[in-house]
Formats: sequence, structure tokens, C-alpha cells
Amino acid sequence: MLEIMDLSMVNWARAQFALTAMYHWLFVPLTLGITWIIAFFHTIYVKTGNEEWKRLTKFWMKLFGINFAIGVATGIILEFEFGTNWSNYSWMVGDIFGAPLAIEGIFAFFLEATFFAVMFFGWNRVSKGFHLFSTWMVAIGSNMSAVWILVANAWMQYPVGQAFNPETARFEMQSFAEVALSPYAINKFTHATSSSMLTAALFIISISSWYLLRGRHQLMAKRSIVVAAVLGVFASIFTIVNGDESAYEIAQVQPMKLAAFEGLYEGQINAGLAAFGIVNRDKQVFDDQKPFHFEVHFPYLLGLMANRSFNSFVPGMKDLVYGNPEYNIMGSAQKMVRGKEAIANLDSYRHAKKSGDEEAAATYLSAFNETKEFLGYGYLRTPEEAVPPVALSFYAFHVMVSLGTLFPLIFIAYLYFTKKGTLERKKWLLGFGTITYFLGLIAGQAGWVVAEVGRQPWTIQGLLPVTVARTNLTTATVQTTFFIFLFLFTALLIAEISIMLKQISIGPEEN
Amino acid sequence: MIEQRARQPGLIRRIILFYVNGFRQMTIGRTLWKIIFIKLFIMFAILKVFFFPNFLKTQFDTDQERAEHVVDQLTLPAQGMTH
Repeated sequence: MLEIMDLSMVNWARAQFALTAMYHWLFVPLTLGITWIIAFFHTIYVKTGNEEWKRLTKFWMKLFGINFAIGVATGIILEFEFGTNWSNYSWMVGDIFGAPLAIEGIFAFFLEATFFAVMFFGWNRVSKGFHLFSTWMVAIGSNMSAVWILVANAWMQYPVGQAFNPETARFEMQSFAEVALSPYAINKFTHATSSSMLTAALFIISISSWYLLRGRHQLMAKRSIVVAAVLGVFASIFTIVNGDESAYEIAQVQPMKLAAFEGLYEGQINAGLAAFGIVNRDKQVFDDQKPFHFEVHFPYLLGLMANRSFNSFVPGMKDLVYGNPEYNIMGSAQKMVRGKEAIANLDSYRHAKKSGDEEAAATYLSAFNETKEFLGYGYLRTPEEAVPPVALSFYAFHVMVSLGTLFPLIFIAYLYFTKKGTLERKKWLLGFGTITYFLGLIAGQAGWVVAEVGRQPWTIQGLLPVTVARTNLTTATVQTTFFIFLFLFTALLIAEISIMLKQISIGPEEN
Repeated sequence: MIEQRARQPGLIRRIILFYVNGFRQMTIGRTLWKIIFIKLFIMFAILKVFFFPNFLKTQFDTDQERAEHVVDQLTLPAQGMTH
């Protein structure tokens, strides 16, 4: 049975996971980000006692509620998929992910059952101070509940604080602190939450701009824009700074991902950072074709981004596949040899244990432990399989960076014209402003494409490729559920958009 | 004084009333709750039950068997098979 497994099942399972995760991420950033902005609106209302701020706060709270209701529980489907499509992976990481995800579930439940209710139902029914406290707790709690899933994702990219137990076939947690506080996890959390706040600021800018263009709810729109744009400036600059830190972290622990999203085949000193380019899709890591049909580089900047040094060597995909002794880089070709040794020793250990030969088992276990860090490479058929899809990684990264650079300029433009008192007359800016939320969503999705496509073929970096992480299911089974999700998600998205548009059209409640 | 105490509902009752009145006064919230319940029903009563069984839980009875199955999968290349 194992010999006739259909490899395309893996691709369908990956597509299904991508569909679910991308759909989930349509809702999450707005939920994470807008709760902070609503907390600021609410604070201004409590400080000033001005009913217009209360009206404004309630309006954005309502739109947040719609987004939350449609998006809630879409992430649970990812967990269904783990158990069905990715059972080997699910089993192997259970010890690492179990505790964090359970904390998240409990935390989210109590948060939603208490502070959400007070935030929505508390107007004139609890004290102003407790009501405001609840709104801030929703913002803090929503963002804190995202910590654990991001820690889990970061661990898959940089699997620290674990040891593989060959008896249980599980990665067992050795240090909770190493897992929870790894630099990769911290960068992932700060980048995801700050980019979510900027996405939410763009949401408010988009709707407020539409109101200004239509000459409706102008005071509310202008006040909303000021708060959103101020927070948006800080969030977008912070996102750029911690995005740069993330790139540095990737260069240290996932150099192949960095090389792929930069289209860097040959390692270089003083390498330039690609500003934009058209990728040569026919290029293979082993041939001499040009990597780009056309490209523009910022000279020297890649070394600075990757190593914090202009004159440093940044390895390319060729170095990482075939090795580069000059820079002490072991290629995936050499790692494959070690990985196959690890698999052979694991198999021998297992048989020795079964036959009760403890001495032999100890010998094989020792040999396995010497090579286990290369375990995943043993499953690759060719060294070139360690290279992720270059074109998709490159374009996704550059779309994310280009839009990320544009966003602070948009917020600054809104603040500048608001200060001048001419914002209503800047139809070009308001017109562009109405679509900026969609640009924010595109940037966020592109960011996840970089993170997840760029780390292929790994489910767990260097240890478990997707081909081994999966369950032995037929392609048809996964195809069926893929199309069920596609239908379900489309229906939910239509529901959200129609409810959201209706509420935006109605606008805030009149006093 | 005694009358005032009698009129003041207890903390638990006040919390329950807070939720009950909150839900009663919802407008758009009613539609959203309907969507949430339909969605959860589809997810847990249909998708989870019929389309997303936990493979290892349904195919094996003990953790030992599950571990052995996964180790089998991990050592396929050593047995001359590929993934």
C-alpha cells in the first residue's frame, strides 16, 4: 500500500491548508488590530465625555463584532486538518504544541465570555471605568491569545528547546522558555501584531475616506482618521523595523528561505538587495541561466540585512545545496548523507529494541543522536529538493515589502492634509484611501506566503519534510474536503461582506 | 433598609441579567449569533464527524501502536521504500 501512495495528495493537503490559513488570516489581523484602536476611541470618550466619541466607538465596535463573528472558529479547521491530513506531524509535535494551544483555548474562552460581553453590553450598565477596562482587556487578551499559535509556528521554523524521542516518535519539550521566548517567536509575534494594527488602521481609513467622499458622517470620519493614522504611523514604522529584524533572524536560521525570496543563487560578498525584478522561472539551481530577466538592486544592502555587515558573505541557493567549504557551509547534498544515516540508525535501534538487544539498541541510539539534527534531509530524493519555490517567494516578499514601505507614507499624507484642513478636498487621496485596506490584506497574505512557501519543503525546519508529515490518504479524500471548504468559506465571506457593507452604509447610530 | 436589600438582586443574578438583557437588546448581533451557530454546527457536527476523523485515533487503539506506526513511516527509506 505504501508504495502506491499518490504524491499529489500532499499538494492537495498543502493547498487545503493554505486556503484555510489564508481565509483565517482575512479576519485575524482586523480583530487583533482594531481592538487597540477601539480602546483608544473608548478612552477618548471616557476622558472627554463627548457623546460623538461614544457614537464613533460603538460604530467601530459593531464592525469589529461582525468581523469577529464571521472569523471566529475558522482557525479550528486547521486543527481538524492536522489530525486528518497531517497525522504524522500532529503526533510528532503533540508534546510541544499541546500545552500552548490548550492555554490559548482556555484563555480565549474566558476572555470572550467575560470582557467581550462587558464591552458590547456594558454601555450604561456597568461603570465607565470598568467598561473601559474591559475594552482594553479585549485588546490585550485578543493579542495575547495569538501568542501561542505564533510561538507554535515559530517553533516549526526554528525548532529549539526540544529533543526527539525515538521510542515515542515525538519531539519532546526540553525547555518551555526556549520555545516560548525564542527570538524567532518574539519577532513573529511583534511583526504579526504590529502589522495587524496597521491593517486595522487602513480599514478605518478606507471606510472613513468613503464617508468623506460621500459627504456623510464627516466629523466621525475625520476623528477616526486622525486616531487611526497616528496609530498607523507608529504601527507601520514598527512593522518595518521588526520586519528587518525578522529578515536578519531568517538569514541566521533559514538561509535558504532568504536566498529564495531574494532570488540569490550564487553567494556573494557585498550582495545587493533586490528592489524588484522579473524572475527567470526556467532557472535551476544547478544551471548557468540568469536568475532574472530584469532586476534592480540596492547595492550592498543584502549583507547589511542578513548579517548586519556590508562586507559579509550571504550564501546563495547553490552554496546551500552543494556546500561551500570556503565559508564552512554544509550543503543539503552532504546533509542528506547524514540524514540517511540517522534514518538507518533509527530503524536499527527500533529493531534492536524489539528483539531485546539492549546493547545494540544503545549503540544505534548513540549513532542516531549524532546525526538526528539532519533527520529531515534523509527523506529528500535530490539535494535540489531543499530549494523552495523561488518565484513565488520572491514576488510575495517584494509585494509585502513594497506595500509595507508605502503604508507609513499614506498615514503621514492623511495626517498632513488633516492638519492643513484640506483633507476633504483631496479626492485623489480619499479615493486611493478607500482601497488601502485591501492593500493591507494583500501585504499580510504575502507575508504568510513568504513565511510558509519560503520554508518548503519543511514542515519542521530540517527535521520533517511535508512528504513525511502527511497521512496516507487518497487524493480524492482531500480534494473533496478542499472543495467543501472552498464553498463554505465563499459563503461565509459573502455573508460577512454583505453584513459589513450594510452596516457601513447605515453608518453610526444617531444620538 | 431591609426593603432595599430585598430589592437588590444577588451578584450571580445580576450577572445573569446582564447577559440576558444584553442578548435581548442585540440587533445585528442576533444575525451574527445565527451565523456562528450554523458555522459551528457545520464544523463540528458535519465536517469533524464525517470528513475529518483523527487518523491515528481512529486507526489505532493505543499510544504505543500510534508511535510504532509513526516510527514505521519515519523509517520507510531504511526499508527501501520512499514517501
